[in-house]
Amino acid sequence: MYGFEALTFNIHGGYLEAIVRGHRSGLFTAADYNNLCQCETLDDIKMHLSATEYGPYLQNEPSPLHTTTIVEKCTLKLVDEYKHMLCQATEPLSTFLEYCRYGHMIDNVVLIVTGTLHERDVQELLEKCHPLGMFDSIASLAVAQNMRELYRLVLVDTPLAPYFSECITSEDLDDMNIEIMRNTLYKAYLEDFNRFCQKLGGATAEIMSDLLAFEADRRAVNITINSIGTELTRDDRKKLYSNFGLLYPYGHEELAVCEDLDQVRGVMEKYPPYQSIFSRLSYGESQLLDKAFYEEEVKRLCLAFEQQFHYAVFFAYIRLREQEIRNLMWISECVAQNQKSRVHDSVVFIF
Amino acid sequence: MVEQRCWPKMDLLRSESMQLVQLIIPLESAHRAISYLGDLGLFQFKDLNAEKSPFQRTYAAQIKRCAEMARKLRFFKEHMTKTGMLPSTRSAITNDIDLDNLEVKLGELEAELIEINSNNEKLEHSYNELVEYKLVLQKAGELFYSAQRSAAVQQRELQVDNHGEGSIDSPLLLEQEMITDPSKQIKLGFVSGLVSREKSMVFERILFRATRGNVFLKQSVVENSVVDPVSGEKVEKNVFVVFYSGERAKNKILKICEAFGANRYPFAEDLSKQYQMMTEVSARLIELKTTIDVGLAHQSNLLQTIGFQFEQWNLLVKKEKYIYHTLNMLSIDVTKKCLVAEGWCPAFATDQIQNALRRATIDSSSQIGAIFQVLQTKESPPTYFCTNKFTSAFQEIVDAYGIAKYQEANPSVYTIITFPFLFAVMFGDWGHGICLLLVTLYLIIREKKLSSKKLGDIMEMTFSGRYVIMMMAIFSIYTGLIYNEFFSVPFELFGPSAYACRDQSCRDASTAGLIKVRDTYPFGVDPKWHGTRSELPFLNSLKMKMSILLGVAQMNLGIMMSYFNAKFFGDKLNIWYQFVPQMIFLNSLFGYLSLLIIVKWCTGSQADLYHVMIYMFLSPTDDLGDNQLFLGQKFLQLLLLLSALVAVPWMLFPKPFLLKKQHEERHQGQSYALVDRTDDPLEIEPHYDSHKHEEFEFSEVFVHQLIHTIEFVLGAVSNTASYLRLWALSLAHSELSSVFYDKVLLLAWGFNNTIILIIGIIVFVCATVGVLLVMETLSAFLHALRLHWVEFQNKFYEGDGYKFHPFSFALLGNEDE
Repeated sequence: MYGFEALTFNIHGGYLEAIVRGHRSGLFTAADYNNLCQCETLDDIKMHLSATEYGPYLQNEPSPLHTTTIVEKCTLKLVDEYKHMLCQATEPLSTFLEYCRYGHMIDNVVLIVTGTLHERDVQELLEKCHPLGMFDSIASLAVAQNMRELYRLVLVDTPLAPYFSECITSEDLDDMNIEIMRNTLYKAYLEDFNRFCQKLGGATAEIMSDLLAFEADRRAVNITINSIGTELTRDDRKKLYSNFGLLYPYGHEELAVCEDLDQVRGVMEKYPPYQSIFSRLSYGESQLLDKAFYEEEVKRLCLAFEQQFHYAVFFAYIRLREQEIRNLMWISECVAQNQKSRVHDSVVFIF
Repeated sequence: MVEQRCWPKMDLLRSESMQLVQLIIPLESAHRAISYLGDLGLFQFKDLNAEKSPFQRTYAAQIKRCAEMARKLRFFKEHMTKTGMLPSTRSAITNDIDLDNLEVKLGELEAELIEINSNNEKLEHSYNELVEYKLVLQKAGELFYSAQRSAAVQQRELQVDNHGEGSIDSPLLLEQEMITDPSKQIKLGFVSGLVSREKSMVFERILFRATRGNVFLKQSVVENSVVDPVSGEKVEKNVFVVFYSGERAKNKILKICEAFGANRYPFAEDLSKQYQMMTEVSARLIELKTTIDVGLAHQSNLLQTIGFQFEQWNLLVKKEKYIYHTLNMLSIDVTKKCLVAEGWCPAFATDQIQNALRRATIDSSSQIGAIFQVLQTKESPPTYFCTNKFTSAFQEIVDAYGIAKYQEANPSVYTIITFPFLFAVMFGDWGHGICLLLVTLYLIIREKKLSSKKLGDIMEMTFSGRYVIMMMAIFSIYTGLIYNEFFSVPFELFGPSAYACRDQSCRDASTAGLIKVRDTYPFGVDPKWHGTRSELPFLNSLKMKMSILLGVAQMNLGIMMSYFNAKFFGDKLNIWYQFVPQMIFLNSLFGYLSLLIIVKWCTGSQADLYHVMIYMFLSPTDDLGDNQLFLGQKFLQLLLLLSALVAVPWMLFPKPFLLKKQHEERHQGQSYALVDRTDDPLEIEPHYDSHKHEEFEFSEVFVHQLIHTIEFVLGAVSNTASYLRLWALSLAHSELSSVFYDKVLLLAWGFNNTIILIIGIIVFVCATVGVLLVMETLSAFLHALRLHWVEFQNKFYEGDGYKFHPFSFALLGNEDE
C-alpha cells in the first residue's frame, strides 16, 4: 500500500482531510496569543475569542465569566468537531479516530476511580471528565472496589478491555495501584495504537510511529521522574515502559535504574532528539521539563501537516487543539488571578 | 439588496468621484455625529487603530455592554421561541429610549425572567417527579399484582398436584420452595424507579454483573415519553423493580441507580398504602398543575411585554454596537478632546455630510463644530456606483467578475442591453418568452410584499434578478418573433408567407416545389421554412453568420471601451500601441469576415466564405475565381493580411520600450513636463509619487506585454469561435422545443383519446417548464454570462478595484445571525 496513498486516499479521506486542515487554520497564531496575553480581565478574553472560531460557543455566556466556563466551551468546540469528523469517517479512519480518544478514556477511568476512593460525589467527578473520553457506563465505575470488579463490571464493554489483561488483580484499589493501572493501560494503549498504525502502513505509519514514539518516550521519562523515591521496584518500573520508541530497549534499561533527575538527564542526553530538550534545562530543574516536552511535541505535530494523504493530521489536530485549550486555560487563570507576569511561563505557541 | 438613494444624476459609466476626508469631531458630539452619518450611509470609515487589539480600543467597554445586552436579547428571544411567541413585527411607537435606561431595563427583565424560570423549573421538577412516582405506583402495582396472581395460580396448581401423584412436569425446585415454611423465607428487599429506555439494557447487564446474578429485575415499558425531572427533557423510560437480598447488594444497586440517572421512588407493598399514596400523589399533581399554569401565564405575560418592544430594542442595540465599533476606528487627538476620523465619501455627498455634522453639533449643544476637511492622497479610492433597483442586478453581474477600478469604464452600462440580448439570441421563442415575462411580472408586481419576506435560496436569487429576467424575457420575445417560433410553431403574424406552391402537388413540403409569389416576408424568418427539408441548413447558416456578426460587434465595442479608458486616464501609450493595433488586427481578419457576410447577404452570392478566409492565409496571391464577391477583393485581402501581420509586433514591442524610456526620463527629474498632461489631480499623484519607490523591471513589463499580445492574438480567433455558441444554443433550444411539440403533443393528439391527450399535455407542460423554461434559461444565462465576462470584458476591463462599503444603518436589518 505504501506509496500509493495519493491514488486512493481522497476517495474516503479527502473530504475529512480538507475539513481537518480547515480546522487547523483556525488555531491561534502568535499574534492571537500576544493579544490574549495583553488582556486585563476575562471579559477581554471573551471579547477577543468572540472574533475567533470560539465566538459562537461563548457568545451566550452571561458576563461574569469563569475560567472553567471558557475551557468547557472551548473543549465543547473540539468535541463537536471531533464528533462531526467521526460521523463522516469510514473505516479505517473511524477506528483511527476512536483510538485518538482512548487516552482520554483511560484518564477518565482513573479520575473516577481515584475520586470514588476519596469519596467524592460522582456527579462532580463526571463534570470534570474530559468529554472526549466519555462512554456509556462510566458513572457505574464508582461501584467497583478492585481491579477485577472494575474490569468485569464496566470496562469489559469498552474498547479499553483488552488493555486490562495485564493489570487484573484482586487487590483493593489505592492511589499507588491506580497510578500503576493508569500507566499499564497507557502502555498497552500506546502499543496497540502503534500496532494499528503500522498495520495501516504508508505515510500514516511513518508519521504516527514518530509521534507515538515521542509520546512513549515522554511517558517513560515522566514515569521515571515520578517514581523516584517511591517504593516502586526497578523491575516494576521497567514494566511500565512501552515496548517501542526511541529509548526501547537500551534506554529503558538505563532509565529503570535512575535514582535522581540528573541521572535521567544523563541517559536522555545520549539520544540526539532529546538532547536539545535537556540541554536547555539547568541542572536539577524539572518544572520546565513539561513545557519543553510540550514544545517539542507541538513542533512534531505541526510537521505532520506537511505531508498529505495520511491520518496523522487528525491525531495532530486533536492534540494541537488540546494544547491550545491548555494555553487558553493558563492564560485565563493568570488573568483571573492577576498573575500576568507568569503568563508566558506555560504557554506553548503553536505557530 | 439595499437601494441607495442617489441625488446626482445617474452616471453608471464612471464610478462616483470619491474624496478622502478627514473629520475632526469634538468628543461630546461624536456619538451623535456618527449616528447621523450612519443614517446617511455615505461615508466609509478607515480603521485608524488597526494595530490595536479590540479590547485596547477606546470604546471597548461600551462594546462589551452592547454585547451583553445583545446576549440578554438573545436570551429573551430564545424563551420567546420556546414558548412559541414571535416578536411583533410591527415596530412599536418609537419612544426614544437611551442606552443606559435600556441596559437597566433589560437587566431587570432578565432577572425577573430568570426568577420566574427558576420557580417554574422547581415546580416542574417536583411535578415531573410526581408524574414519575405515579407511573411507578401504577406499573409496579401491576407487576406485583400480576406476580401475585400467577403465584397464587401456581400455588393452587401445586396443591392440586400434591393431592394427586405430582406431575413430572412440575418443577422440582419450585415445589421445594413452596413447601418451605413462609417464615423461613429470606425477606427480599426491592428498589423501584424509572430508567431511560436507551440505558435499560446496559443497566440490567451491569446490575447482573455487579451482584453476580443475585437480583431479579422486572421492567415495564412506559408508553408515553416522560419528562425527566433532572434534565427537563422528554425521555422514553421504563419502570423497573429490582429485588435483591442483602445490604451490600442494596448499596451496589443504589450506586448503580445513581450512576445511571435512574430515579428511585419508594413503593409500598401494602395495597391499601399504595392506594393511599396514589390518591395523595394525584391530588398533589392537580395542585401543582394549577400552580405551574399560573407561573407559565405570568411568564408568557412578561414575554409578551418584551415581545412588543423586542425588535426596537434589538435594532437599537445593534445600532449602538455598530456606532461604537465605528468610533473605535477613529483616533483620539492628543488633547483627548476630539476624535479624528478618516474615510472615503462620494464628492456629491459633501454637503449632506457637513449638514449631518452641523446637526450633530447643534443637537448635542456642543461648543465647537466638527471640522470637515478634504485630504489629498495617492491611494486609489473605492469604487462606488449609484445603482437603482433596475441597474443593481446588472451591476452585480459585473461585480461578480471583479469590482471596477476607480473610475474605469463600467461594462454594466452595456450589459443592461447586451446581456439580455445575447441571452435571447440563444433563447429565441416568443411563447417561452411570454411565460418568462409573466413569471417576472408577478415578482415585480408583488415586489414590495416579497422584498420584506424571507425567501428560499433559489427564490431569493430569482427575485433579486427579476429585472434581468424581465429584460431577458422581453428580448426573447423579440428574437422569438424574428426566428418565428412560438413553442416551435410558426405563425404568419406579419402577413402571408412569400412562398407558395406552384401547383397542388407539393404537399410534402420541400423548397423545390415552392416559388416566391409575394414580397419578402416583412419581419423575421418566413413561416414557410418551418418543416421543410432545407430548414436546418438555412437557419444554421443564418444563425451562424449572425453570431459572428454579433460577436465581432461586441468585441469591437470592448476594444473601443479600452480606448475610452485610455483617453480618460490620459494614457497615450495605450491608445497608440494597444488600441490601434488591436483594432487593426481584429478588423482586418474578422471585421473583414463580417463584411464578406454582409456583402454575401446583400448580393445573394454563392461564394464559399470558408474557402475565402482559409486561402486568404494559405495562398493570398492566388486567384479567387468563383468566390470573388467584389472588385479588388484580392488586393484588399493582401492589404488586410499585411496590416494584421504588422499589428502583432506593433502591439508587442514599442510599449515596453517606451515605458522604459519614460521611466528613465522621470528618474532624471524630467517628469514635470509630462505631468500636466492630465487634468485630474487624483490621477497625477500616484504616478508622480510612486516612481520614487517603484523599481522598473523591464523584463517583467516585457513578459507582461508578451502575454497580453499572445492572449489577444489567439483570443481574437478563439473568442470569435466562442460566439458560435449563440448559434449552437439557439439551435438546441429550437430543436428541443420542436421535439417536445412534435413527439409529445402532436403524437398524443394523433391517438384521438382523451386520456392519452391529457397525459400528453401534462408531459408536454412538464417538459416545457422543466427543461425549456428552467434548464435552458439557466444554460443560456450562463453562456451569456461567459460571453460577457470572457469575450467582452477581457478587452478592456481591469476589475481590480475595491467596493465602497459605507457605514450605514440600512444594512443592519439584513445581517441576521
